[in-house]
Amino acid sequence: MEERSVEMGLKDKLEFPGQIHETPDGGFMITKLDDVINWARSNSIWPLAFGTSCCAIEMMHTVNAKYDWSRFGFEVMRATPRQSDLIIVSGTIVMKMAPVLKRLYDQMPEPKYVIAMGACTISGGPFFYNTYSVVKGIDHIIPVDVYVPGCPPRPEALLHSMITLQEKIKNDAYYRTQVDKK
Amino acid sequence: MISVLNTIRTMTKEELKYSFTQIFPAVTFDESGEFLVAIIPSEELLPVMKELRSKPELYFDYLFCETCIDWKDHLMMVYFLNSKTHNHTLVVKAKITDTLNPQIESVYDIWKTAELNEDEIFDLFGVRFLNHPNLRRLFLEEDWVGFPLRKNYVDEHMIEL
Amino acid sequence: MLLGEEDYITEDGEFVINMGPQHPSTHGVLRLKVWLDGETIKKVEPHLGYIHRSIEKMSESLSYRQYGYLTSRMDYLSAHINNLACALVVEKALQVEVPARAQAIRIIISELTRIGSHLLWFASAGLDLGGVTPFFYAFREREAINSIMDENCGARLTQNFMVPGGIIYDVRPDFQSRVKEVLKQFKDNFHEYNEILTGNVIFQNRLKDVGILTKEDAIAFGCTGPTARASGLNCDIRKMYPYDGYEKLQFDEVISTGCDSWARYEVRMAEMLQSVRIIEQLIDNIPEGDIVAKTKNVIKLPKGEFYQRVETARGELGVYIVSDGGSTPYRCKYRSPNFANLSAIPHIARGYKIGDLIAIMATIDLIIPDIDR
Ligand code: SF4
Repeated sequence: MEERSVEMGLKDKLEFPGQIHETPDGGFMITKLDDVINWARSNSIWPLAFGTSCCAIEMMHTVNAKYDWSRFGFEVMRATPRQSDLIIVSGTIVMKMAPVLKRLYDQMPEPKYVIAMGACTISGGPFFYNTYSVVKGIDHIIPVDVYVPGCPPRPEALLHSMITLQEKIKNDAYYRTQVDKK
Repeated sequence: MISVLNTIRTMTKEELKYSFTQIFPAVTFDESGEFLVAIIPSEELLPVMKELRSKPELYFDYLFCETCIDWKDHLMMVYFLNSKTHNHTLVVKAKITDTLNPQIESVYDIWKTAELNEDEIFDLFGVRFLNHPNLRRLFLEEDWVGFPLRKNYVDEHMIEL
Repeated sequence: MLLGEEDYITEDGEFVINMGPQHPSTHGVLRLKVWLDGETIKKVEPHLGYIHRSIEKMSESLSYRQYGYLTSRMDYLSAHINNLACALVVEKALQVEVPARAQAIRIIISELTRIGSHLLWFASAGLDLGGVTPFFYAFREREAINSIMDENCGARLTQNFMVPGGIIYDVRPDFQSRVKEVLKQFKDNFHEYNEILTGNVIFQNRLKDVGILTKEDAIAFGCTGPTARASGLNCDIRKMYPYDGYEKLQFDEVISTGCDSWARYEVRMAEMLQSVRIIEQLIDNIPEGDIVAKTKNVIKLPKGEFYQRVETARGELGVYIVSDGGSTPYRCKYRSPNFANLSAIPHIARGYKIGDLIAIMATIDLIIPDIDR
């Protein structure tokens, strides 16, 4: 019973957003444009293949069959920032790498999202004390949407963070703000 | 066949000591550790190393570790040498007394692996290698101030434990 | 991809491009500056430091129980073996006798790590050269090994299981049966790897006669591990300077005289089977007894210098500790296998096409955080 309700809750979330009205010869549906766009965006996120160190290995595990993030719509890993809309910063960022990370972020098209994976990207992690070259938290460089603690975080934790990001995207009003700007 | 067997032979510490004094008599030895350590002044490094590499009974063809230690009043270059044919190991240390402007001959001509190792030591300790093909900061940015592995390095961004 | 330094054309018409630091085939953040004439490589210059985390400096302020933990972040695929090196050097300095049970478990775990590491290499080598399927095959077994690590060592990747004197806690009662299960799965599936990649003609042609590293060069550049063994160099530390009871075990040092990328591929594949052989000898004979020798709470090494080497999945890792008698190292240097192997790349890549550089990098199998430390 318990399991069932969880499943149903998930189903509701994944369902197309809007109300369906039955009529004798078919039916119609009302929804908000923002909801549709967000629904589509959140289920087809293209992450950038960016990994600097240990956490990247756990990211590779998440891609793989056992955890398989394609189930949640993170299908395609891109090697170039120009084709991706999510950057999972997996691994330590040092001073020399910081401008490169900034540049990668700048090259990504809007709207773009950042997941900080691992203790290193949150605060410097194990390399916090007595180190002369580590950036103590990537939020000094780029804005972060979701933080995942752990050294390294388990793949389940990364999956959770991605679902959290999807929720954030779904509650976004990206289209409306774009129209308002014009 | 017998002559080949005779020439390929691991030397004991005593024999290594003897052969080393043949090359460079004014050497001091330190036998407290696992390997035999020979300490020489930094100016004499290159000719000694050349001999160690080329003498058939020594034939140290494999430099497996090269590093530097900061002893505050002097810097000590450490070279771990091994011979792949004879399988004996020797540690050569070269003492650099000038800590303000340390410099030493590069051993790149003898062991090619020294190139990146010496770049690293230049980067972290500030030892200048003479006749090095391409001396540059390997790990840190070109405009980095100071040499982090020196004991007197200060960095105000560093959070001490 | 570096700020302020773009690709350009030199006066003699050579095209200079920067491969990395963000490039999928460099396995991290290595930057290679490549001088090209058409497609032929004229010169390669490695630029490092994009993941230089000052581990050597940090080690100087950490105690002898703590400093090893950083090394599992260095070569994270051989995390156990790196920790082992740090534990061994302390044991050597203090002349501690490690209990037999701890030694056996250490070897089993190290060899499992080696298999896992080579599996990841197999996956990424296939991926770099354009085959996505091997990636999924190899990760199936890697996940199985990871779950053993998870159950017994408490983490999947950076385990910190080896401590000075032995291991940190005992393995679970089902350790033996689980390892046997995983080994059986690995052996049953091994033929699939050969079918999918080894027998593939395209794959073979991309590796054969590419990236020749002669034995003399391997010595001159200080190459170790499978990279050097594929050039006919005897350099297996487990055979030459055995530690932790490797001398009692039966296994072969895999040597090939092919010198090319294909030989490096073959050596690694054969090494996985040797690791299985080692584990099989031990898994039924883990002695009973203590798991850790008694050491003082605050470890102080005697004044002096200590060097310990171990064979990681990529070659010889040396830990060089200079102690001044205190509770932290005075100077701590890691002789990293990848650093030396990397220094050979500019030499062996010269004259090949840019596509071959990917094949060379794939078979040399670099871990960048271990190079930069
Ligand atoms: S958080 Fe831990 S595992 Fe992740 S990159 Fe940092 S040190 Fe490596």
